[in-house]
Amino acid sequence: MSDNTPANTSGQADHSPATQGDSKLPERFENPGLPPHVPRRSDVDVKAAKRAERQVVALFTLSALGTVGFVIAYLFIPMDARGYVIGIGEMDLYHLALGITMTLSLGGIGFGAVHWAKTLMPDEEVVEERHEQASDEETREGAAAHLRSGWKESQLGRRPLILQSAAGALGLFAIPLVLQLGGSLGPAPGRALYDTNWKQGLRLLIDPSGVPVKASDVTIGSVFHIMPEGWVGEEAHEEHTEHEIMEAKAEDQVILVRLDPEVVQSQKSLDWGYEGILAYSKVCTHVGCPVALYEQQTHHLLCPCHQSTFDMTNDCEVIFGPAGRPLPQLPITVDAEGYLVADDSFKEPVGPSFWERG
Amino acid sequence: MKRLRTGRRSPLAALIVLILGLSVTGTAYAALQPKATPGTASTTVSTQDLQEGRKLFLANCASCHGTDAQGNDTAGPSLVGAGAAAVDFQVSTGRMPLAAPGVQAPENRDAVAFSDEEISAMAAYVDSLGPGPDVPKAEYLDVEKANIANGGKIYRTNCAMCHNSSGAGGALTRGKYAPSLMNVEPQHIYEAMLTGPQSMPVFNDENITPEEKRDVIAFLKDIEEGNSAYGGQSLGSLGPAGDAMFVWTFGIGLLIAVAVWLGKKAA
Repeated sequence: MSDNTPANTSGQADHSPATQGDSKLPERFENPGLPPHVPRRSDVDVKAAKRAERQVVALFTLSALGTVGFVIAYLFIPMDARGYVIGIGEMDLYHLALGITMTLSLGGIGFGAVHWAKTLMPDEEVVEERHEQASDEETREGAAAHLRSGWKESQLGRRPLILQSAAGALGLFAIPLVLQLGGSLGPAPGRALYDTNWKQGLRLLIDPSGVPVKASDVTIGSVFHIMPEGWVGEEAHEEHTEHEIMEAKAEDQVILVRLDPEVVQSQKSLDWGYEGILAYSKVCTHVGCPVALYEQQTHHLLCPCHQSTFDMTNDCEVIFGPAGRPLPQLPITVDAEGYLVADDSFKEPVGPSFWERG
Repeated sequence: MKRLRTGRRSPLAALIVLILGLSVTGTAYAALQPKATPGTASTTVSTQDLQEGRKLFLANCASCHGTDAQGNDTAGPSLVGAGAAAVDFQVSTGRMPLAAPGVQAPENRDAVAFSDEEISAMAAYVDSLGPGPDVPKAEYLDVEKANIANGGKIYRTNCAMCHNSSGAGGALTRGKYAPSLMNVEPQHIYEAMLTGPQSMPVFNDENITPEEKRDVIAFLKDIEEGNSAYGGQSLGSLGPAGDAMFVWTFGIGLLIAVAVWLGKKAA
């Protein structure tokens, strides 16, 4: 109620009831000052002060003991020592001992210092006045004269081209800095985000055993977790490093189910599958978690990270959650021996969105 | 042709012929040996057992699954081809007979009202209606022979997303859930993989072989005993949600208490 803008409304404001109420308020509130100092028990009672002193000393001593304990624990407790601790269970004793001694060591100093400050150090509140911040008139004039003579002696006022060319040179100097930053971002990803290891004719192998899957093995209600031929099983580990296999798993993993063709609503989905056997990328189109919670009765596929839900009967359309687009389907068929093989690679990039696929 | 002729003379030829002969005989035997007759699930069952099973079925299951077990659209699915393993799993874990309609039949081992013989008889009856997965052989439940590390690999690829990496179970959609796998009988774990009860998909023997199923069971028994736990309070092994809940309540509570103490004047 006190926001009375003075200049333009002052004439009318005097008649309004709100400002009549305001006029009873004082022009400025008086500074109430500091509340009176209430002495603490340790200020008036020597015994209490002595007790506080002992408590502070005890806390600091506890800290010292904790530190010594930490060194002893570090040197003498075997790193694999395990034991039962009440309320926690079977656990690593080495880290427990280090944790407890370090807590005593740091906590003793901290609590001791605070207790000392609160009970024994003076607690009267005081106001410390600051001196005037601006310099006096003479000093300020001197500084200004100094700057003026410098500007004059540099001749920049008479020869402006120097200033302009210097500004141009300094401005351009920013380019190498930005260029290095841009250049250090590494090579552009190229096709890497579009392509996986899936190729036409590669067999579908069970992860982690590396056994090929026959179409007849995939019964209705089954779910198979699949990797491409050459990237899973013992042979893959001979040919590729562990890192390469993990990289391959991050982009090539596939979930394989068989649905009754009656319940499948998408003709494209059936065409890319084999007699109701459908293979979809297991990498969530949201942020790339493995989408693998398959509800056999509803044919919903859930992502464990953010609960994105895909409808397998409808070409893995998103029916819930943050995922932006359906899971890519892997076209499959069978080879001459009845094993399931890829009929093509994925026809769209797998996994989360990126700048070219927003 | 030349290579073939030289090969025939080699002393290895006899060995190859021998191995071929043995493997052909073995395969032929495996393929031609008589299939188990319906109803001969875990134990041999007589006609009398089948009759007993049918009686139990009519008394306890038929109201939902129909008197001929052909199913009833809204109440219960057809059990033809469900197999002995499904019956053993559902009945001996107390999931069936269903106590009340709901999104999911809850496990209730305290409420199992049938003896092992009665369950076998019902299993035999359902199995006699049409071939289905059989209860596992004892050798595939013997975790002593299993490869725990391999079981862990298979578990993490096929099971962990629903049942949690430490077997504590987890939520699905609309109130459905994957139950905890701790303290579950090996036979029931095996049967669940084989039959895919409720929301769970089927993991048939071509997908996860009986030996691999045994490895998975051994892995679960190993974590049940705490052998692969990192130690300390597991907080129910519920993952980041449980851990964060603990840190929020206890950690922030402790910080608030310290802040209050710091700001308070000494008495």
